[in-house]
Amino acid sequence: MTGFILLAIVAFSLIAFYVGRSSGRRFVAAHGPEVHSRPVYHGAYVAIWVGMPAFVLVLLWLLLQGTVLDRLILATLPEALTAGASAAEQALLLSEIRNVAAGRIFGTPSPEVIVAGETLLRWEGIARWAMLVVAVALMILLLLGVRSRLSPRFRARQGFERTMSGLMIFSSVVAIFTTLGIIASLVFEAVQFFKLVPPHEFFFGLNWEPQIAIRADQVAGAGAFGAVPVFTGTLLIATIAMLVATPIGLFSAIYLVEYADRRVRAVVKPIMEILAGVPTVVYGFFAVLTVAPAVREAGSVIGITVSPNSALAAGGVMGIMIIPFISSLSDDALKAVPRAMRDGSLAMGATKGETITKVLLPAALPGIVGGILLALSRAIGETMIVVMAAGLMATLTANPLDGVTTVTVQIVTMLIGDTAFDNPKTLAAFALGLVLFLVTLCLNVVALRIVQRYREKYE
Amino acid sequence: MTDATETSSFEWSSPQAHARRRRRYAADRRLKLYGIAAIAVAIGLLGILIVSLVAKGYLAFVETVVTIDVTVPAGAADPADPAKANYRAIVADSFGALFPEVTDRRALRDLNGILSRGASLKVRDMVAADPGLIGKTFAVSVPVSDPFDQLSKGVIDRTLPENRRRVSDREIAWFEQLEAQGRVEKVFNSGLFLDADSRFPELAGLAGAVVGSFYALLVCFLISFPLGIAAAVYLEEFAPKNRITDLIEVNINNLAAVPSIVFGLLGLALFIQTFGLPRSAPLVGGMVLSLMTLPTIIIVTRAALKSVPPSIRQAALGVGASKHEVILHHVLPLAVPGILTGTIIGLAQALGETAPLLLIGMNAFLTSPPGGIMDPATALPTQIYIWADSPERGFVALTSAGILVLLGFLIVMNGIAIFLRQRFERTW
Repeated sequence: MTGFILLAIVAFSLIAFYVGRSSGRRFVAAHGPEVHSRPVYHGAYVAIWVGMPAFVLVLLWLLLQGTVLDRLILATLPEALTAGASAAEQALLLSEIRNVAAGRIFGTPSPEVIVAGETLLRWEGIARWAMLVVAVALMILLLLGVRSRLSPRFRARQGFERTMSGLMIFSSVVAIFTTLGIIASLVFEAVQFFKLVPPHEFFFGLNWEPQIAIRADQVAGAGAFGAVPVFTGTLLIATIAMLVATPIGLFSAIYLVEYADRRVRAVVKPIMEILAGVPTVVYGFFAVLTVAPAVREAGSVIGITVSPNSALAAGGVMGIMIIPFISSLSDDALKAVPRAMRDGSLAMGATKGETITKVLLPAALPGIVGGILLALSRAIGETMIVVMAAGLMATLTANPLDGVTTVTVQIVTMLIGDTAFDNPKTLAAFALGLVLFLVTLCLNVVALRIVQRYREKYE
Repeated sequence: MTDATETSSFEWSSPQAHARRRRRYAADRRLKLYGIAAIAVAIGLLGILIVSLVAKGYLAFVETVVTIDVTVPAGAADPADPAKANYRAIVADSFGALFPEVTDRRALRDLNGILSRGASLKVRDMVAADPGLIGKTFAVSVPVSDPFDQLSKGVIDRTLPENRRRVSDREIAWFEQLEAQGRVEKVFNSGLFLDADSRFPELAGLAGAVVGSFYALLVCFLISFPLGIAAAVYLEEFAPKNRITDLIEVNINNLAAVPSIVFGLLGLALFIQTFGLPRSAPLVGGMVLSLMTLPTIIIVTRAALKSVPPSIRQAALGVGASKHEVILHHVLPLAVPGILTGTIIGLAQALGETAPLLLIGMNAFLTSPPGGIMDPATALPTQIYIWADSPERGFVALTSAGILVLLGFLIVMNGIAIFLRQRFERTW
């Protein structure tokens, strides 16, 4: 149905375009050079003002239909079912009704639910047809209205271009909407979480056991939300990743910029960039399948017990993933150092190595640091490698051979499966997400600033 | 002045100077060596990654099948409704007929364990398609179950002591009997591409995930391509230099660096929780991915627009085109190769993205491909994640094979992007 309506909108827009253009042609035939805009602009103006409002209407309708119908259905239910029901119970009831409506009946639903399911089904049918009728009616009205505005002196081109500009401005503001959406959804759910768990417990507590009791009278599993072990685990893994990636990335950048000849560079650089293009789930599988057993084996050879989900394996593989970021950003930074500084140093009799360590690296340092910060932000936010290779237990340790857990692992494990938005376990994921977002945001802003400011200095 | 005389009297050929020079050159060579070592390590790691995937994954591209003669007794199936019959028993009887010496119930059950669970379904589908087969005996090639697949591929070591492998000596003997009869073959595993997921590794395929990924990428493209180009055109060509456009720019750069899982949280809270869109649907996945791809497309499109020389704009403006006409008729067409290249690279990134799809539930276990963008679906990377988590041995090979398929798609997409760039790149 939705596809049909979208097709109808496209078809109507095309019709509108031809209607507008033929009016424009008539104006040209009748009035000649007095006509302000070319016929095609009349067509485009009518088309955009017929299609766009209808499209927006359909989008809004689709977004809101579900929620509105849910409200209406809840209102039709007898008082006994809805009175005093919490949001979760209402959601449960609604999903039961929806299941009945879709024909998936489990057990024996109460007669009210069956009636409600039938009502919902009927209303959904009505809503679908109503959407089509309203959209088509709107388009016909708009077509008539807009067409009556056309005249030889009508500034169709300006009108069309203004609308286009408006659409373009809207598109560029989408980025801001996205950021606002992220902040709003994270903050909203995190606030719910902090109502249940006090912030000081979350930020300073040393015990992370998010298993929530299923029944109220259950003894074990009250759930503890002290996030410090999760934060330290994240830092430990990110540190290991940086220890692997920074020297390899930096040295390979130095070699590629200063020593390698053009042919070597042309071959090696794309190969290194493949490392950045490999999906992270692949790295995760690689860590589990190859690296973690290898690390354990190596540990047992020298007589150390290594946990199967060691931070070393996860961090090491994450380091491999980050190598190309560090190397290409250091590459840029080294290349941005002006030729004259290099030549000056070489002219004084310094070797290439001395030029690099004493002149180029200090000059490129801000850019390199910026790159390292960006890579660190990536390591902190990286998900799949750690979800697959790091542990689930939050242990407060600095030993890279132990299993630790990270913020992203906890978010994924807490949100996989059925999600109810009223228990602290789910909401805790959003609190962790908020922390993750803010930390990476700060790192990114600082890093981008450094990189940009540094670049401007030499240009 | 004393310094100058001292410098001029420096003994360049003294042993100390030689030693110093050697040290300095050695330091230089060391630095170069570190560079080479670093590159060797990085490329070596990439090599290990690929070799380990191929070594594990190539096995999943072939499957072991056994050819058996199935007899459907005339009374066992109703010709009017041939799909309804106990095909499991029919197949078990036909298979048992090959081993007349096996009569014990336990042994018979173990014997039937050689065949995959899909065997009876395959026979059912054949009979349903052609009810004339009822009452006849016909040859069918059916997949063997995972342990025997592994055995025939040599993953299970026959020389291990019996209690340390998953197939018993007796089962191996049966299997070798089948091999001796020439009934066992290795064929190309077309099910890997044609079937959807399954609990049984020998039956599981990628079709559902490929279709799901396709729908999600389609949604992602339909949203991010127009929005991205419009935003880039505005920012590059129209936007005044002020606070608001600065804010937008900073925002776009930041969004490009926001962890992907945060986008998953956004999708979960906003699209699923607030707007009530269906969980696991490619629509939601595509919307989330499009928000992630948008910054990439905007940044690349701006670069492409920037590379169109100002003389073109000035010439068009000079003959009286409006600013919109300049861009629509002259600048954008010239920038199209660059824009397409960037879009393909952005979509390739989106194709490999896993974490946000996990959060919106595109890791459901589904045995049929989705029929549209609102149906529950999986995607390639999430399918890989599901398989990587499965305990059966066969899924290791399957995961690697899935990864090879995903990497194949990525290589093709990047290849197209490189081709576009080289074919249409223009230097002004």
